[in-house]
Amino acid sequence: MSARHTGDDRLRRLLIKSTAASAAVGALCAAGLLKPTRVLAAEWGRSGFAATSLPEALKAIGAAASAESGAIVIKSVEISENGALVPCEVISSIPDTQSIAVLVERNPMPLAASLSFAEGVLPRVRLQLKMAESSRIRVVVRAGDGKTYHASREVRVTLGGCGA
Amino acid sequence: MPEPIKIRAVQQGESTEIRILLQHPMETGLRRDQASGQKIPAHFITTFTVSAHGKVLINAQLNTSIARNPLFVFQSKGLQPGDRVRVAWSDNRGEQRADEATVVAA
Repeated sequence: MSARHTGDDRLRRLLIKSTAASAAVGALCAAGLLKPTRVLAAEWGRSGFAATSLPEALKAIGAAASAESGAIVIKSVEISENGALVPCEVISSIPDTQSIAVLVERNPMPLAASLSFAEGVLPRVRLQLKMAESSRIRVVVRAGDGKTYHASREVRVTLGGCGA
Repeated sequence: MPEPIKIRAVQQGESTEIRILLQHPMETGLRRDQASGQKIPAHFITTFTVSAHGKVLINAQLNTSIARNPLFVFQSKGLQPGDRVRVAWSDNRGEQRADEATVVAA
């Protein structure tokens, strides 16, 4: 396990390198100097994607205090024989859903995808994940009022799909 | 030159199903070459957008933990058969690819 992780330090450093620049943009947004439109062709959110633990990733995407919600449905397989391709479908019934983030809690870098939707796009998506081991899949939904909600679902993996 | 994006957009009543196959290795950076034992460097799509009528419908940001040659399926209202849907991605090496498809009736 440790041997597998040391090599990916280089990637992590690469990812973290530009965090300062993104943070500066974030500060400008917060100050109201740059007003993000509803769907911004945003810069890749390095701090979230490079995070190596669930709490870190949730904090980076501003979802550390999200409320659990039954209005998010996660469909996937119960047991996956191949962690390199795990199908997952997310459907949000939360009013004014603006974005959906998908995290695999026990992956080396939990945040897998973040999707934001313009008006008219249904707040649902089907995608295909890699899973290193059995884990919960956690979905975080952000609504128009800025509140975040989450739901999760356990998927058992018999053959991991990251180092394989 | 990166592989083309396969896009299929089918009108289903009021909404349009948009299926997108991104042909990309999506290397995690954790795998080793079997013969040399060397790490295979990370190579993955970081962002893609889906747009129509010159407007972005979906903005996606991805990590290495998305499957190789991944399929994404979305549904959108406000499109009609004949409309053009454009998908554009860029990866961590700065490579890019954009393709278009026409919405077809079911």
